[in-house]
Amino acid sequence: MSDTTLLDVKGLNCPLPILRAKKAIKDLAAGSVLEVHATDPGSVKDFEAFCRQTGNELVSSVEEAGVFKFKIKAA
Amino acid sequence: MAGKTKSMSIIVTKGTLDWGYPPFILATTAVSMGLDVTLFFTFYGLALCKKKLDLRISTLGNAAMEMPMMGMHMSMPNILGALPGVDGLATAMMKDMIKKKGVASIEELRELAVEAEVRMIACQMTMELFEYKQSDMIDGLEYAGAATYVETASASDINLFI
Repeated sequence: MSDTTLLDVKGLNCPLPILRAKKAIKDLAAGSVLEVHATDPGSVKDFEAFCRQTGNELVSSVEEAGVFKFKIKAA
Repeated sequence: MAGKTKSMSIIVTKGTLDWGYPPFILATTAVSMGLDVTLFFTFYGLALCKKKLDLRISTLGNAAMEMPMMGMHMSMPNILGALPGVDGLATAMMKDMIKKKGVASIEELRELAVEAEVRMIACQMTMELFEYKQSDMIDGLEYAGAATYVETASASDINLFI
């Protein structure tokens, strides 16, 4: 139903995954989902903190073959 | 998400390549998380506001510094740093690592900070002291002094000195 936008930040290090995600979320309608693919292991904790602080909802956070995948629903 | 917008201020006192990272990383991240951010650049930190950045690192007084090299870590004794060319070599190695590891450049982070409307204050006294010209500095800086910082800091949730 809700559309998903993919953001690939593989290979980028802190704080770029968060900064790029913030930029992408800003352009999304409320309820749309941003799917972020990252390789920075620190991004797991950081996306949790980012979502708590900004009120965007972290729908899921999984690791697949060394890639950390986050689904974030825009507030 | 109730209440007033949170805010953070950082006094930026150092302008080497390594010390330049923490203020810009924290500023861009905090602004992404919805905080109002103020950076106050003073003394050597002002070098981070120059239009043309030529940031270097120094091994001197940097006792814990070590660089990855051929799978090991090489420490950088102070006596090495006193040799001509060593700091240049260390700077080149650091820039190379930054690129390889997907770490943003200081230029890139600073641009993102400006774009995100991080408030940047340049210390007027240091401008005079080091004879910097406003035309050498990036646009969008405020020029002010300690009282401006104290006023900002007294209203901020987080105040850091780097």
